[in-house]
Amino acid sequence: MLRRPHYITLGLVVLLTLLVLNLPDQTTARLKLGIGSIFLPLFGLANTAQQSAEQAAARLLPRSVLIEQNRRLTRENEQLRLQAIQAAEIDRENARLRQGVGWQRQQPWKLKLANVVLRDPANWWRTVHIDLGTRDGLTNDLPVLTPEGLVGRVSSVSLTRAQVVLLGDPNCKVAARVVNSTRDLGVIESSGPLDIDLVEMSYLPRHATAKPGDAVVTSGEGGIFPKGIPIGTIVDVQSVEYGLAKAARVKLAVNLNALEQVWVMFPSNP
Amino acid sequence: MNSLTTLLILLMAILVVFWEAVFNPIRSWLGAQVELLPALMVYTALRHSLTAVALLAVVGGLCFDSLSANPLGISVLPLFLVGLLLLLKRDLILHQQPFAQMVLGFAASAVAPVLTLLILLTGGTTPLLGWGSLWQLLVVAAGGALAAPVFFELFGWFDRTLVYGPAHQTTFRPDREIRRGRL
Repeated sequence: MLRRPHYITLGLVVLLTLLVLNLPDQTTARLKLGIGSIFLPLFGLANTAQQSAEQAAARLLPRSVLIEQNRRLTRENEQLRLQAIQAAEIDRENARLRQGVGWQRQQPWKLKLANVVLRDPANWWRTVHIDLGTRDGLTNDLPVLTPEGLVGRVSSVSLTRAQVVLLGDPNCKVAARVVNSTRDLGVIESSGPLDIDLVEMSYLPRHATAKPGDAVVTSGEGGIFPKGIPIGTIVDVQSVEYGLAKAARVKLAVNLNALEQVWVMFPSNP
Repeated sequence: MNSLTTLLILLMAILVVFWEAVFNPIRSWLGAQVELLPALMVYTALRHSLTAVALLAVVGGLCFDSLSANPLGISVLPLFLVGLLLLLKRDLILHQQPFAQMVLGFAASAVAPVLTLLILLTGGTTPLLGWGSLWQLLVVAAGGALAAPVFFELFGWFDRTLVYGPAHQTTFRPDREIRRGRL
């Protein structure tokens, strides 16, 4: 049976909830940041523990393994330097040709490495937090990727941290293109709550020739993601909307469950 | 109400939310992250006062939402409603039995996310939902069922260790004192 103190407390909690839910977005973001700062000592502690564990593991690694690893990395580094020289030459040639034809030069991007510090505790969102913020020059809607492919975009930024919405979250939709002869265009959307490595590519045209195994990359339309970033490969295609369109399931190139470090893309001269 | 225990409950709520955000193996394994705040609410509602329940709902809910993409404050009311319901019926619940604690943890952990989702959907937000959400709900509820007896045990130990126990009446009665003279 509800008594007076129960009514009063219930009323206060409802009032507080309504008040917080109706705050302006900017105030809510600040409040979230303020409350989130409670966890800063815990993050520091967890980070120190992880670093200590890594250092201990590195000490246990045999010298022969380290030497072999060093040799392999040196070889890889030399190969990459050669590729960089070739790429620079191709870039110069590309710029000359663009100038000759009169095409606008594409804006170059630079990358910044970030560590994934936490994941969304709620099961109905797919977001992670990274350890870069406004003090590192981050703004909303910057693309986030790994060497394997696209991860998502920055959705909100605080001073030291940023929230990234991952591919497959309802708030992360990406204009994409199938790498085939007809260059079919579609939109990458969420698929299901359990399929973390699958997304749906919808709004494919009726006559699309996309087939399983085709690669999917960003199309560059939409203004957030530059074109050509790998997203994944098509698993299957089916007709939807009474045969008026097609939809494909796409297996993501990146394992979103195992994200530890990601790269944030910045426009070179914002 | 003992303020030290309430403080420990709030501290535990913060630790629980942090653990949910950084500990990933369960999510990778079973496709869902367990939520431990409803199980903590079961302990609080059955052993502590209305103030402790309200404080846990507000602090736990706000901390959870601050690390999530949820709108801030959305988890407060579902947690409080679960706590209030248990608080009102606690005289009828066999909360000493671990099995009863597990059943309550299961039920609370299933109801709180559903209420949160209902509020989210009412507010026009579209979270990631599908048939797989039922499996996720089952995992969350099972996690809560396992966690509830652990919280009872843990806070029972805290109570025994840190909180003064009730003063027992001694058998000494001054009116029965035998007064002896010099000889």
